[in-house]
Amino acid sequence: MSHPTVTTSPGAYATKDVAARVVGLRKVYGEGDAAVTALGGVSIDFLAGEFTAVMGPSGSGKSTLMHCMAALDEASGGDVFLGEQQLAGLGDTQLTLLRRDKIGFVFQAYNLVPTLTARENIELPLSIAGRKPDPGWFDQVVDTVGLRDRLEHRPNELSGGQQQRVACARALMSRPEIVFADEPTGNLDSASGAEVLGFLRRSVDEHKQTIVIVTHDPVAAAYTDRVVFLADGLVVDELREPTAEAVLEKMKVLSQQAVAGTAAEA
Amino acid sequence: MLRVTWCNLVVRKLRLALSAFAIVLGVAFVAGSFIFTDAMGGAFSGILKGTTADVEIAPKGANDFDSQQDRRTIAADVVDKLEELPEAASVHPYNQQQGVYVIDGDGDLVGGNGPPGFAFNYGDTVAITGDPILELAEGDLPSGTGEVALELSTAEKAGYEIGDEVELVTAGENPKLHATLTGLMRFGSSGGAAGATIVVFSPEAMQDLFFQGKDVYSGVSLTAAEGVSQEELRDAAQPLLPNGVAARTGDDMVEENEAGLQEILGYLNMFLLVFAGVALVVGTFLIVNTFSILVAQRSRELALLRAMGASKRQVNRSVLVEAFAVGIFGSTVGIGAGYLLALGLRALFGLFGLDLTDAEFPVTLRTVLVSYAVGLVVTMVAAYLPARRGSRVAPVAAMRDEVALSEASLRRRMIVGAVMVLGGVGLMMLGFAREGGSGLALIGAGMLAVLVGVALMAPVLGRPVIVALGAAYRRMFGTVGALATQNSLRNPRRTAATASALMIGLTLVALMSILGTSASASTDKSIREALTSEYIVSNVVGTPFSPQIAERIRDLPEVERVVQFRTAIARVDGNTGFVGAVAPEGLAEAFKLPTLGDITSTFRPGTVLVLEPDAKRRGLEVGDTLSMEFQGGKVDLEIAGTFPAGPLPAEYLVTPDTLLKGGLEPQDSMLFITKAPGAAGDDLRTAVDEITRELPTVTLKDPQEFAEERKAQINIFLYLVYALLGLAIIIAVLGIINTLALSVIERTREVGLLRAVGMSRKQLRRMVRLESAAIAVLGAVLGVAMGVAFGVALQRAIADQGLEVLSIPWLQLAIFVVVAALVGVLAAVFPARRAARLNVLRAITTE
Ligand SMILES: Nc1ncnc2c1ncn2[C@@H]1O[C@H](COP(=O)(O)OP(=O)(O)OP(=O)(O)O)[C@@H](O)[C@H]1O
Ligand SMILES: [Mg+2]
Repeated sequence: MSHPTVTTSPGAYATKDVAARVVGLRKVYGEGDAAVTALGGVSIDFLAGEFTAVMGPSGSGKSTLMHCMAALDEASGGDVFLGEQQLAGLGDTQLTLLRRDKIGFVFQAYNLVPTLTARENIELPLSIAGRKPDPGWFDQVVDTVGLRDRLEHRPNELSGGQQQRVACARALMSRPEIVFADEPTGNLDSASGAEVLGFLRRSVDEHKQTIVIVTHDPVAAAYTDRVVFLADGLVVDELREPTAEAVLEKMKVLSQQAVAGTAAEA
Repeated sequence: MLRVTWCNLVVRKLRLALSAFAIVLGVAFVAGSFIFTDAMGGAFSGILKGTTADVEIAPKGANDFDSQQDRRTIAADVVDKLEELPEAASVHPYNQQQGVYVIDGDGDLVGGNGPPGFAFNYGDTVAITGDPILELAEGDLPSGTGEVALELSTAEKAGYEIGDEVELVTAGENPKLHATLTGLMRFGSSGGAAGATIVVFSPEAMQDLFFQGKDVYSGVSLTAAEGVSQEELRDAAQPLLPNGVAARTGDDMVEENEAGLQEILGYLNMFLLVFAGVALVVGTFLIVNTFSILVAQRSRELALLRAMGASKRQVNRSVLVEAFAVGIFGSTVGIGAGYLLALGLRALFGLFGLDLTDAEFPVTLRTVLVSYAVGLVVTMVAAYLPARRGSRVAPVAAMRDEVALSEASLRRRMIVGAVMVLGGVGLMMLGFAREGGSGLALIGAGMLAVLVGVALMAPVLGRPVIVALGAAYRRMFGTVGALATQNSLRNPRRTAATASALMIGLTLVALMSILGTSASASTDKSIREALTSEYIVSNVVGTPFSPQIAERIRDLPEVERVVQFRTAIARVDGNTGFVGAVAPEGLAEAFKLPTLGDITSTFRPGTVLVLEPDAKRRGLEVGDTLSMEFQGGKVDLEIAGTFPAGPLPAEYLVTPDTLLKGGLEPQDSMLFITKAPGAAGDDLRTAVDEITRELPTVTLKDPQEFAEERKAQINIFLYLVYALLGLAIIIAVLGIINTLALSVIERTREVGLLRAVGMSRKQLRRMVRLESAAIAVLGAVLGVAMGVAFGVALQRAIADQGLEVLSIPWLQLAIFVVVAALVGVLAAVFPARRAARLNVLRAITTE
């Protein structure tokens, strides 16, 4: 194995709680000759109240990691813990409840139910659970995303950036233990992207929300507290307190290593 | 292009299967109707041929297949003269009596109420088929009035064996007979009697039992001598016959009777085809919907085809070719299913005593052609609109999301719908003004136009229903309910079309239930208001019984008066007329008919009373002459007045002597009994029961029980109609399944998203179920509303013909709606399960 394997050890941040932890997570798609190893044994801790970015080249397993952590997909091996809760072995009903109550998820696109208004979309996980939203929290979230005047509009009446902000608001509304966002700004221009990222940053700062995003954009990564780099289904590096330049620099190094590694392998 | 179509067809076969199924059911009904009536025709035609000799001699009109018991006879000396004809190889005088029934060991009527029962004497007459009409199969021929033989299937149904004591009920002068079973006989060359029961006596016993012991005959069958044609024999025999007695060749007689039979079968076929038509109309909605959804889902692919240079026509054709394949497939399977349905109809009609177990069920070329024509035309027409829409998909714009219904097209829809409703109402009004079949056809066409018009307007008309339902859903089921409501409002055209299919079925069900309860209520009212006698003796289905019963009851000390009521069928002005006969004093005594005044002075022998609304419509006046053609001849009668619709099941009332003149044997259909002053009702009942108890066909009841009995008959008819409408409802339910399944496929991503944010499988299933129930309730509410509208209109239109009271069974209608909602929930089982099983990630990443 040519990449230096970086493992963030569980005991490293004793002062903070671990919001989510993956241990030796493996994910293999398909069988036999056609098998594709998307995750080859990933172990990471995500600390409560921290904003993490997962980066890596296309196909490195970022989405797969998010899906496995967000109880949307089943791991082939290893373990995922959300707080104290181990995901392996849970049935569909328990996973559904976890998604509803403990996890927020923002997809790259198509995040909203077209027949519901922005407000109804934001309240969706709560209303599915049959709970009333806490009005104070609702106001706070809505004001942070800055959508107060668009609440009664349906998704097709909102811009792409507004739609993603609604999706973020929805992910935060149920005060989940952790929010996953897979390229939430992937389809947005830089201004709209900045709006969404700024909002996520504020949720972390003001409400101690734990957030993990996937991004390809060093500028986006600079909004976070920590960047974890994946390559070929493994964690290859990480950065703390990243700046766009530092991230870019790291990406360059890593891609050179990758080229070198490939050459060496060959 | 064809390859693409073919691929589409294979890939989408599951989705198309459901629309094909609608065609299968509709065509099955058409094919089944034809196969069944053909089978019935074949069976009866076999009986006709197997029981007709070379030349048949009988009083004119007396021995047709639909003749009532005739009182005219042929004297023995006529037979003697016929015996001398060199053209006749053999001469077979016979006696027959209708209304002779076999009672089985449990005291029940063999075959139940419905199929006719006959008595004949045995003989060795050979039918034109070359087979003997009656043939001893087992045992010995009976002799004397104490011995009897039974036709094989009659004996089998009754459970009698040779040597047993057989119990018989007759409409002749001996109401009850007992005889020892000496033998079993095979009847006709086809071997069965289609459910009719047949009793065989010796020639002398027939005369003794039913012809007052006189040496007279009902008719004479002749077998032609070697080399003599039927015509020659007939021409030779005719001069020897007294006036009013006719000789007919066997071929002519079979042909005439078959023509009459075909007319009746035509009515039956028409009755069944009406239901087939309803099923097909409902099926059309399903197919339009399926193809609309398929075209919408494929709009991208169609646009791609267009972008690659396919012309509009080619795109159009690719959809139509698909429809053609569905039509061919559906029709083919439909014919097979039709055969099974015909067997089902055999079982259904078997309940009413029609026994076709031995009949052949032929699939004729006509049945096949009609079935394919109907199946293909319906599919192609139903697919044409969506196909045209598909071809309009612009090469560039290929939005997968449903295109919102534009205001303009919605307005056009509303206008077309409104015009159809108005036109339909116009047609219905024209129909009400007309009489007979053409009037009914107009009313039917008008209803269809109104229904299609309402279906067109349903996207708008249905909105309030869905919105109201949505409010209830939201309260009861929260977000899941709100989502379900939103989904059903999403494509109003699709929801409305799916609901409309159910609407049509429920309109007819609601209409029938309103007419049924109104008929029951009217029966109650007319019996309560117009009947003065305290008891009625009658047979449930109106089969006539022996006049001896009336005589015996009249002799009871508890009884003051017995009024006898008889019925007959006559041709009046070219139409079939139902004639009732009652003595003038009897009419005045048993009924309160205030509008008639003192009828005893005007209603005399030689006069007729006409049903009031008929007289009005046909402009008949008191003093006019009405000519009635009975089987025994024409009788001219003077109109003495009119009588209101209601208590008496007749269109014309005559005095009993008129029926005798018409050649009919006196047999009673109903007796109206007045209690002697001071007699206790219970005593009278016990005494009359004593007389009627031996006759399972005939019972005594008070007016209340009489009304109940008639209402029970109305209900049996209603259940039959409901059963036949059931198929249309099944198709509508298939439509709901289809729409939901396709909608779920269309919303795969959304389903994935909902699951991703924490909607449980259970909640998802509930969402689909609620949407389904909303569609079903919409259809039911619209259907019940239309049914009530039609019901009120029809009742108003025929109020004077006996449907005096409008009674709307609100509770029952509400139950229909609730049941529809439950059926909707059931229809959602498969689509809901499918939605819940979707893999969350895969669903959300589908394109
Ligand atoms: N459903 C699947 N079936 C088979 N292989 C899959 C499936 N989903 C992902 N993969 C494979 O797993 C590997 C990781 O995919 P993943 O989507 O996690 O990459 P990613 O890092 O999110 O890439 P990108 O930046 O392009 O979104 C890839 O090689 C991909 O081809
Ligand atoms: Mg990805």
